[in-house]
Amino acid sequence: MSTPQKRAVRPSPQPLPPEVLQDGVTRRSTIKWMTIAWVGFAAATGAGLTATLRFLFPNVLFEPPTRFKAGDPSTYAFGVDERWKSKYRVWIVRNTDTMYALVARCTHLGCTPNWLQAQNKFKCPCHGSGYYMSGVNFEGPTPRPLERAEIALSADDGQLVVDTAVRYLYERGQWSDPKAFVKMT
Amino acid sequence: MGRRWNRFQQSVVESQFWKSLFRVGIPNTNRKRVLAMLGNVVLHLHPVKTRKSGVKMRYTWCAGGVTFFLFLVLTFTGLLLMFYYRPTVEYAFVDILDLREQVPFGIMREVHRWGAHAMVITVWIHMFRVFMTGSYKPPREFNWVIGVILLVLTLLLSFTGYLLPWDQLAIWAITVGSNMAAATPLIGIEGPAAGLLKIGDIQLVTSSNDARFALLGGRFVGAGALLRFYVLHCVGIPLVAAFLMAVHFWRVRKDGGISGPV
Repeated sequence: MSTPQKRAVRPSPQPLPPEVLQDGVTRRSTIKWMTIAWVGFAAATGAGLTATLRFLFPNVLFEPPTRFKAGDPSTYAFGVDERWKSKYRVWIVRNTDTMYALVARCTHLGCTPNWLQAQNKFKCPCHGSGYYMSGVNFEGPTPRPLERAEIALSADDGQLVVDTAVRYLYERGQWSDPKAFVKMT
Repeated sequence: MGRRWNRFQQSVVESQFWKSLFRVGIPNTNRKRVLAMLGNVVLHLHPVKTRKSGVKMRYTWCAGGVTFFLFLVLTFTGLLLMFYYRPTVEYAFVDILDLREQVPFGIMREVHRWGAHAMVITVWIHMFRVFMTGSYKPPREFNWVIGVILLVLTLLLSFTGYLLPWDQLAIWAITVGSNMAAATPLIGIEGPAAGLLKIGDIQLVTSSNDARFALLGGRFVGAGALLRFYVLHCVGIPLVAAFLMAVHFWRVRKDGGISGPV
Protein backbone atom coordinates (compact mmCIF):
# COMPACT_ATOMS: atom_id res chain seq x y z
CA MET A 1 0.00 0.00 0.00
CA SER A 2 1.49 3.24 -1.00
CA THR A 3 1.30 6.37 0.99
CA PRO A 4 0.51 9.49 -0.94
CA GLN A 5 3.67 11.46 -1.26
CA LYS A 6 3.80 15.16 -0.93
CA ARG A 7 5.15 16.89 -3.90
CA ALA A 8 7.15 19.98 -3.38
CA VAL A 9 5.32 22.70 -5.13
CA ARG A 10 7.74 24.95 -6.86
CA PRO A 11 6.78 28.28 -8.14
CA SER A 12 6.81 27.99 -11.90
CA PRO A 13 9.60 30.11 -13.37
CA GLN A 14 8.73 33.34 -14.98
CA PRO A 15 8.35 32.50 -18.69
CA LEU A 16 11.00 34.21 -20.76
CA PRO A 17 10.04 35.94 -23.94
CA PRO A 18 10.38 33.23 -26.58
CA GLU A 19 13.19 34.88 -28.57
CA VAL A 20 15.44 35.36 -25.50
CA LEU A 21 17.15 32.13 -24.40
CA GLN A 22 19.50 33.16 -21.62
CA ASP A 23 21.71 36.07 -20.67
CA GLY A 24 20.45 38.11 -23.53
CA VAL A 25 21.31 35.40 -26.12
CA THR A 26 18.62 35.46 -28.73
CA ARG A 27 17.62 32.84 -31.26
CA ARG A 28 18.70 35.24 -33.99
CA SER A 29 22.21 35.78 -32.60
CA THR A 30 22.65 32.05 -31.99
CA ILE A 31 21.80 31.26 -35.60
CA LYS A 32 24.08 34.04 -36.78
CA TRP A 33 27.09 32.92 -34.79
CA MET A 34 26.51 29.24 -35.51
CA THR A 35 26.37 30.06 -39.22
CA ILE A 36 29.59 32.06 -39.03
CA ALA A 37 31.26 29.29 -37.06
CA TRP A 38 30.19 26.50 -39.40
CA VAL A 39 31.02 28.44 -42.56
CA GLY A 40 34.41 29.27 -41.06
CA PHE A 41 35.00 25.65 -40.10
CA ALA A 42 33.94 24.41 -43.53
CA ALA A 43 36.17 26.98 -45.24
CA ALA A 44 39.17 26.04 -43.09
CA THR A 45 38.58 22.33 -43.70
CA GLY A 46 38.18 22.93 -47.43
CA ALA A 47 41.38 24.99 -47.54
CA GLY A 48 43.24 22.29 -45.64
CA LEU A 49 42.00 19.54 -47.97
CA THR A 50 42.82 21.63 -51.04
CA ALA A 51 46.32 22.26 -49.74
CA THR A 52 46.75 18.53 -49.05
CA LEU A 53 45.59 17.65 -52.55
CA ARG A 54 47.81 20.31 -54.12
CA PHE A 55 50.75 18.92 -52.15
CA LEU A 56 50.56 15.76 -54.29
CA PHE A 57 51.34 17.72 -57.47
CA PRO A 58 54.99 18.89 -57.42
CA ASN A 59 56.05 22.13 -59.12
CA VAL A 60 59.17 20.65 -60.70
CA LEU A 61 59.32 17.32 -62.52
CA PHE A 62 62.65 15.58 -62.91
CA GLU A 63 61.66 14.11 -66.24
CA PRO A 64 63.18 14.77 -69.67
CA PRO A 65 61.59 17.75 -71.45
CA THR A 66 58.97 16.92 -74.06
CA ARG A 67 60.52 19.27 -76.62
CA PHE A 68 64.03 18.48 -77.79
CA LYS A 69 66.40 18.94 -80.72
CA ALA A 70 66.89 15.66 -82.55
CA GLY A 71 69.94 16.56 -84.65
CA ASP A 72 70.40 17.16 -88.34
CA PRO A 73 68.07 15.24 -90.71
CA SER A 74 71.08 14.11 -92.75
CA THR A 75 72.29 12.01 -89.80
CA TYR A 76 69.28 9.73 -90.20
CA ALA A 77 69.40 6.72 -92.50
CA PHE A 78 66.31 5.26 -94.12
CA GLY A 79 64.10 3.32 -91.78
CA VAL A 80 63.46 3.41 -88.04
CA ASP A 81 65.96 5.24 -85.82
CA GLU A 82 66.02 4.26 -82.15
CA ARG A 83 68.54 6.76 -80.77
CA TRP A 84 65.92 8.75 -78.80
CA LYS A 85 63.82 5.82 -77.69
CA SER A 86 65.16 5.31 -74.18
CA LYS A 87 65.37 9.00 -73.28
CA TYR A 88 62.39 10.59 -75.01
CA ARG A 89 60.36 7.48 -75.92
CA VAL A 90 60.11 8.31 -79.58
CA TRP A 91 61.25 6.80 -82.88
CA ILE A 92 62.30 8.98 -85.81
CA VAL A 93 61.33 7.26 -89.06
CA ARG A 94 62.64 8.26 -92.43
CA ASN A 95 61.22 7.06 -95.71
CA THR A 96 61.76 8.22 -99.26
CA ASP A 97 60.22 11.66 -98.97
CA THR A 98 59.21 12.32 -95.35
CA MET A 99 60.39 12.03 -91.76
CA TYR A 100 58.05 11.58 -88.83
CA ALA A 101 58.26 10.90 -85.08
CA LEU A 102 56.37 7.91 -83.69
CA VAL A 103 55.65 7.87 -79.97
CA ALA A 104 56.99 4.56 -78.58
CA ARG A 105 53.91 3.89 -76.51
CA CYS A 106 51.60 1.01 -77.42
CA THR A 107 48.08 2.34 -77.91
CA HIS A 108 46.68 -0.78 -76.27
CA LEU A 109 47.78 -0.40 -72.64
CA GLY A 110 50.87 1.79 -72.77
CA CYS A 111 53.86 -0.55 -72.90
CA THR A 112 56.88 0.22 -75.09
CA PRO A 113 56.90 -1.84 -78.31
CA ASN A 114 60.10 -3.16 -79.91
CA TRP A 115 61.23 -2.42 -83.45
CA LEU A 116 61.86 -5.76 -85.16
CA GLN A 117 64.10 -4.97 -88.11
CA ALA A 118 63.98 -8.49 -89.54
CA GLN A 119 60.19 -8.55 -89.60
CA ASN A 120 59.89 -4.87 -90.48
CA LYS A 121 57.33 -4.15 -87.77
CA PHE A 122 56.81 -2.77 -84.26
CA LYS A 123 55.82 -5.47 -81.79
CA CYS A 124 54.59 -4.90 -78.25
CA PRO A 125 55.99 -7.47 -75.76
CA CYS A 126 53.05 -7.12 -73.34
CA HIS A 127 50.12 -8.40 -75.38
CA GLY A 128 51.48 -8.78 -78.91
CA SER A 129 50.12 -5.73 -80.72
CA GLY A 130 51.88 -5.17 -84.04
CA TYR A 131 52.32 -2.03 -86.15
CA TYR A 132 53.75 -1.31 -89.60
CA MET A 133 56.61 1.12 -89.97
CA SER A 134 54.02 3.83 -90.63
CA GLY A 135 52.59 3.21 -87.16
CA VAL A 136 49.35 1.69 -88.43
CA ASN A 137 48.29 -1.36 -86.40
CA PHE A 138 47.68 -4.70 -88.09
CA GLU A 139 47.71 -7.39 -85.37
CA GLY A 140 47.08 -7.95 -81.69
CA PRO A 141 44.59 -6.34 -79.34
CA THR A 142 45.40 -2.68 -79.98
CA PRO A 143 42.44 -0.64 -81.20
CA ARG A 144 44.31 2.11 -83.10
CA PRO A 145 47.65 3.11 -84.67
CA LEU A 146 50.64 4.52 -82.82
CA GLU A 147 50.56 8.26 -82.21
CA ARG A 148 52.88 10.64 -84.01
CA ALA A 149 54.61 13.52 -82.23
CA GLU A 150 55.07 17.04 -83.56
CA ILE A 151 58.17 17.35 -85.72
CA ALA A 152 59.62 20.38 -87.52
CA LEU A 153 62.87 21.81 -88.79
CA SER A 154 64.44 24.45 -86.57
CA ALA A 155 64.55 27.84 -88.28
CA ASP A 156 68.01 28.79 -86.99
CA ASP A 157 70.15 25.66 -87.46
CA GLY A 158 68.05 23.28 -89.54
CA GLN A 159 67.92 20.58 -86.87
CA LEU A 160 64.86 18.47 -86.25
CA VAL A 161 62.74 19.65 -83.33
CA VAL A 162 60.41 17.10 -81.78
CA ASP A 163 57.70 17.74 -79.17
CA THR A 164 56.29 14.53 -77.71
CA ALA A 165 53.57 16.43 -75.84
CA VAL A 166 51.84 17.36 -79.11
CA ARG A 167 50.28 14.28 -80.69
CA TYR A 168 48.82 13.61 -84.14
CA LEU A 169 46.29 10.79 -84.42
CA TYR A 170 45.75 8.80 -87.58
CA GLU A 171 42.11 8.03 -86.81
CA ARG A 172 41.40 11.75 -86.67
CA GLY A 173 43.11 12.37 -90.02
CA GLN A 174 45.84 14.41 -88.35
CA TRP A 175 48.84 12.66 -89.95
CA SER A 176 48.54 14.94 -92.96
CA ASP A 177 48.92 17.98 -90.71
CA PRO A 178 52.04 19.95 -91.75
CA LYS A 179 53.54 19.57 -88.26
CA ALA A 180 53.05 15.78 -88.21
CA PHE A 181 55.95 15.22 -90.63
CA VAL A 182 58.95 16.87 -92.28
CA LYS A 183 59.14 16.87 -96.05
CA MET A 184 62.49 15.68 -97.41
CA THR A 185 63.65 17.35 -100.60
CA MET B 1 56.24 -26.89 1.30
CA GLY B 2 52.69 -26.65 0.06
CA ARG B 3 51.78 -23.95 2.53
CA ARG B 4 54.87 -21.98 1.79
CA TRP B 5 54.17 -22.20 -1.91
CA ASN B 6 50.63 -21.09 -1.33
CA ARG B 7 51.79 -18.12 0.71
CA PHE B 8 54.29 -17.19 -2.02
CA GLN B 9 51.59 -17.49 -4.67
CA GLN B 10 49.30 -15.38 -2.54
CA SER B 11 51.88 -12.64 -2.16
CA VAL B 12 52.54 -12.55 -5.90
CA VAL B 13 48.89 -12.51 -6.91
CA GLU B 14 48.06 -9.84 -4.39
CA SER B 15 51.02 -7.62 -5.17
CA GLN B 16 50.35 -4.23 -6.70
CA PHE B 17 52.45 -5.07 -9.74
CA TRP B 18 50.47 -8.23 -10.52
CA LYS B 19 47.13 -6.50 -10.03
CA SER B 20 48.12 -3.63 -12.27
CA LEU B 21 48.60 -6.12 -15.13
CA PHE B 22 45.86 -8.65 -14.38
CA ARG B 23 43.05 -6.38 -13.29
CA VAL B 24 40.20 -8.84 -13.07
CA GLY B 25 41.82 -11.94 -11.65
CA ILE B 26 41.07 -15.47 -12.77
CA PRO B 27 37.88 -15.22 -14.85
CA ASN B 28 36.05 -18.00 -13.02
CA THR B 29 32.64 -16.33 -12.91
CA ASN B 30 30.47 -14.91 -15.66
CA ARG B 31 30.86 -11.45 -14.22
CA LYS B 32 34.65 -11.67 -14.26
CA ARG B 33 34.62 -13.01 -17.82
CA VAL B 34 32.56 -10.06 -18.96
CA LEU B 35 34.80 -7.61 -17.13
CA ALA B 36 37.93 -9.21 -18.59
CA MET B 37 36.60 -8.88 -22.14
CA LEU B 38 35.14 -5.40 -21.82
CA GLY B 39 38.09 -3.95 -19.95
CA ASN B 40 40.62 -4.91 -22.62
CA VAL B 41 40.88 -2.81 -25.75
CA VAL B 42 41.84 -5.76 -27.96
CA LEU B 43 39.55 -8.38 -26.46
CA HIS B 44 36.53 -6.10 -26.43
CA LEU B 45 36.40 -6.42 -30.21
CA HIS B 46 35.37 -10.02 -29.60
CA PRO B 47 32.20 -11.29 -27.98
CA VAL B 48 32.27 -12.46 -24.38
CA LYS B 49 30.68 -15.70 -25.47
CA THR B 50 30.72 -17.41 -28.83
CA ARG B 51 27.96 -19.59 -30.16
CA LYS B 52 28.95 -23.22 -30.62
CA SER B 53 28.18 -22.98 -34.34
CA GLY B 54 30.46 -19.95 -34.56
CA VAL B 55 33.59 -22.04 -34.09
CA LYS B 56 32.45 -24.83 -36.39
CA MET B 57 35.12 -25.09 -39.07
CA ARG B 58 32.72 -26.70 -41.53
CA TYR B 59 30.46 -23.70 -41.27
CA THR B 60 32.82 -20.68 -41.18
CA TRP B 61 35.94 -22.24 -42.76
CA CYS B 62 37.76 -19.73 -40.52
CA ALA B 63 38.45 -17.87 -43.75
CA GLY B 64 38.19 -14.45 -42.11
CA GLY B 65 40.44 -15.56 -39.28
CA VAL B 66 43.02 -16.95 -41.71
CA THR B 67 42.89 -13.68 -43.63
CA PHE B 68 43.59 -11.73 -40.45
CA PHE B 69 46.38 -14.12 -39.54
CA LEU B 70 47.93 -13.58 -42.98
CA PHE B 71 47.62 -9.82 -42.51
CA LEU B 72 49.62 -10.14 -39.31
CA VAL B 73 52.21 -12.34 -41.05
CA LEU B 74 52.50 -9.79 -43.87
CA THR B 75 52.83 -6.91 -41.42
CA PHE B 76 55.60 -8.70 -39.58
CA THR B 77 57.56 -9.90 -42.63
CA GLY B 78 56.98 -6.54 -44.33
CA LEU B 79 58.46 -4.77 -41.34
CA LEU B 80 61.54 -6.99 -41.56
CA LEU B 81 61.90 -6.35 -45.29
CA MET B 82 61.79 -2.60 -44.66
CA PHE B 83 65.08 -2.84 -42.80
CA TYR B 84 66.85 -3.72 -46.06
CA TYR B 85 64.77 -2.34 -48.91
CA ARG B 86 65.36 1.22 -50.17
CA PRO B 87 62.58 2.59 -52.41
CA THR B 88 64.76 4.42 -54.94
CA VAL B 89 65.41 3.70 -58.60
CA GLU B 90 69.09 3.19 -57.80
CA TYR B 91 68.72 0.60 -55.07
CA ALA B 92 65.28 -1.02 -55.20
CA PHE B 93 66.09 -3.89 -57.58
CA VAL B 94 69.51 -4.74 -56.14
CA ASP B 95 68.07 -4.63 -52.62
CA ILE B 96 65.52 -7.21 -53.71
CA LEU B 97 68.33 -9.44 -55.01
CA ASP B 98 70.29 -8.87 -51.80
CA LEU B 99 67.29 -9.85 -49.73
CA ARG B 100 67.55 -13.25 -51.36
CA GLU B 101 71.31 -13.68 -51.58
CA GLN B 102 72.92 -11.65 -48.79
CA VAL B 103 70.44 -11.72 -45.94
CA PRO B 104 69.92 -14.61 -43.48
CA PHE B 105 66.63 -16.38 -44.06
CA GLY B 106 66.51 -15.25 -47.66
CA ILE B 107 63.01 -16.62 -47.96
CA MET B 108 61.54 -13.67 -46.03
CA ARG B 109 60.56 -11.93 -49.26
CA GLU B 110 59.02 -15.12 -50.59
CA VAL B 111 57.03 -15.52 -47.38
CA HIS B 112 55.79 -11.98 -47.87
CA ARG B 113 54.98 -12.54 -51.53
CA TRP B 114 53.23 -15.89 -51.14
CA GLY B 115 51.45 -14.65 -48.04
CA ALA B 116 50.10 -11.78 -50.11
CA HIS B 117 48.83 -14.15 -52.81
CA ALA B 118 47.26 -16.33 -50.13
CA MET B 119 45.59 -13.37 -48.45
CA VAL B 120 43.84 -12.33 -51.66
CA ILE B 121 42.62 -15.90 -52.08
CA THR B 122 41.38 -16.23 -48.49
CA VAL B 123 39.57 -12.88 -48.73
CA TRP B 124 37.63 -14.26 -51.70
CA ILE B 125 36.95 -17.53 -49.86
CA HIS B 126 35.74 -15.55 -46.85
CA MET B 127 33.41 -13.47 -49.02
CA PHE B 128 32.16 -16.60 -50.76
CA ARG B 129 31.36 -18.24 -47.42
CA VAL B 130 29.63 -15.10 -46.09
CA PHE B 131 27.61 -14.92 -49.28
CA MET B 132 26.64 -18.59 -49.35
CA THR B 133 25.55 -18.60 -45.69
CA GLY B 134 23.55 -15.41 -46.22
CA SER B 135 25.55 -13.63 -43.56
CA TYR B 136 25.43 -10.36 -45.47
CA LYS B 137 21.71 -9.92 -44.73
CA PRO B 138 20.32 -7.44 -42.18
CA PRO B 139 21.51 -6.50 -39.63
CA ARG B 140 24.92 -7.39 -41.10
CA GLU B 141 24.63 -5.24 -44.25
CA PHE B 142 26.86 -2.52 -42.87
CA ASN B 143 29.60 -5.02 -42.08
CA TRP B 144 29.38 -6.42 -45.62
CA VAL B 145 30.05 -2.90 -46.92
CA ILE B 146 33.06 -2.57 -44.61
CA GLY B 147 34.20 -5.96 -45.91
CA VAL B 148 33.95 -4.85 -49.53
CA ILE B 149 36.11 -1.81 -48.73
CA LEU B 150 38.60 -4.15 -47.05
CA LEU B 151 38.61 -6.29 -50.20
CA VAL B 152 39.48 -3.23 -52.30
CA LEU B 153 42.22 -2.26 -49.82
CA THR B 154 43.64 -5.81 -50.01
CA LEU B 155 43.77 -5.59 -53.80
CA LEU B 156 45.36 -2.13 -53.59
CA LEU B 157 47.99 -3.52 -51.21
CA SER B 158 48.76 -6.19 -53.79
CA PHE B 159 48.85 -3.62 -56.57
CA THR B 160 51.19 -1.21 -54.76
CA GLY B 161 53.42 -4.05 -53.55
CA TYR B 162 53.75 -5.37 -57.09
CA LEU B 163 55.82 -2.33 -58.17
CA LEU B 164 58.38 -2.50 -55.38
CA PRO B 165 60.73 -5.19 -56.85
CA TRP B 166 61.30 -2.65 -59.65
CA ASP B 167 61.91 -5.24 -62.36
CA GLN B 168 60.51 -5.18 -65.88
CA LEU B 169 57.41 -7.14 -64.89
CA ALA B 170 56.69 -4.68 -62.08
CA ILE B 171 57.21 -1.53 -64.14
CA TRP B 172 55.09 -2.62 -67.08
CA ALA B 173 52.36 -4.15 -64.97
CA ILE B 174 52.00 -0.88 -63.07
CA THR B 175 52.23 1.07 -66.34
CA VAL B 176 49.29 -0.90 -67.68
CA GLY B 177 47.41 -0.76 -64.36
CA SER B 178 47.91 2.95 -63.76
CA ASN B 179 46.81 3.76 -67.30
CA MET B 180 43.35 2.81 -66.08
CA ALA B 181 43.51 5.87 -63.82
CA ALA B 182 44.01 7.97 -66.95
CA ALA B 183 40.59 6.75 -68.11
CA THR B 184 38.82 8.22 -65.06
CA PRO B 185 35.87 10.36 -66.14
CA LEU B 186 36.56 14.12 -65.99
CA ILE B 187 39.87 13.96 -64.09
CA GLY B 188 41.73 11.42 -66.27
CA ILE B 189 43.49 12.64 -69.40
CA GLU B 190 42.03 9.86 -71.57
CA GLY B 191 38.76 9.59 -69.69
CA PRO B 192 35.31 10.54 -70.95
CA ALA B 193 34.36 14.20 -70.57
CA ALA B 194 37.95 15.23 -69.71
CA GLY B 195 37.89 17.49 -72.78
CA LEU B 196 34.96 19.42 -71.36
CA LEU B 197 37.07 20.97 -68.61
CA LYS B 198 38.70 23.90 -70.33
CA ILE B 199 38.90 27.66 -70.18
CA GLY B 200 38.93 29.05 -73.69
CA ASP B 201 41.51 26.99 -75.56
CA ILE B 202 43.38 25.86 -72.45
CA GLN B 203 42.77 22.28 -71.35
CA LEU B 204 42.52 22.05 -67.56
CA VAL B 205 43.19 18.29 -67.45
CA THR B 206 46.66 17.48 -68.78
CA SER B 207 49.06 14.58 -68.39
CA SER B 208 50.76 16.52 -65.56
CA ASN B 209 47.73 17.01 -63.35
CA ASP B 210 45.28 14.19 -63.96
CA ALA B 211 44.33 11.22 -61.79
CA ARG B 212 47.18 9.05 -63.06
CA PHE B 213 49.68 11.79 -62.28
CA ALA B 214 48.44 11.98 -58.70
CA LEU B 215 48.93 8.23 -58.40
CA LEU B 216 52.38 8.10 -60.01
CA GLY B 217 53.83 11.47 -59.03
CA GLY B 218 55.00 11.79 -62.62
CA ARG B 219 53.90 11.29 -66.19
CA PHE B 220 55.21 7.75 -66.30
CA VAL B 221 56.24 5.02 -63.85
CA GLY B 222 59.48 6.46 -62.44
CA ALA B 223 61.15 7.43 -59.18
CA GLY B 224 58.09 9.34 -57.96
CA ALA B 225 55.80 6.37 -58.55
CA LEU B 226 58.16 3.99 -56.71
CA LEU B 227 58.25 6.21 -53.62
CA ARG B 228 54.51 6.89 -53.65
CA PHE B 229 53.66 3.21 -53.99
CA TYR B 230 56.12 2.36 -51.23
CA VAL B 231 54.58 4.83 -48.80
CA LEU B 232 51.05 3.72 -49.67
CA HIS B 233 52.03 0.05 -49.41
CA CYS B 234 53.86 0.28 -46.08
CA VAL B 235 51.96 3.01 -44.24
CA GLY B 236 48.89 4.49 -45.86
CA ILE B 237 46.79 1.49 -46.85
CA PRO B 238 47.77 -0.76 -43.88
CA LEU B 239 46.70 1.98 -41.44
CA VAL B 240 43.30 2.37 -43.07
CA ALA B 241 42.93 -1.42 -43.36
CA ALA B 242 43.82 -1.98 -39.69
CA PHE B 243 41.28 0.61 -38.60
CA LEU B 244 38.55 -0.90 -40.76
CA MET B 245 39.44 -4.40 -39.53
CA ALA B 246 38.86 -3.26 -35.96
CA VAL B 247 35.47 -1.90 -37.01
CA HIS B 248 34.80 -5.13 -38.93
CA PHE B 249 35.48 -7.41 -35.94
CA TRP B 250 33.57 -5.18 -33.56
CA ARG B 251 30.57 -5.15 -35.91
CA VAL B 252 30.62 -8.98 -36.00
CA ARG B 253 30.07 -8.90 -32.24
CA LYS B 254 27.49 -6.11 -32.38
CA ASP B 255 25.52 -7.79 -35.16
CA GLY B 256 24.91 -11.02 -33.25
CA GLY B 257 28.18 -12.93 -33.43
CA ILE B 258 29.78 -14.95 -36.18
CA SER B 259 27.20 -15.95 -38.74
CA GLY B 260 24.27 -18.10 -37.59
CA PRO B 261 20.78 -16.79 -36.94
CA VAL B 262 20.50 -13.49 -35.10
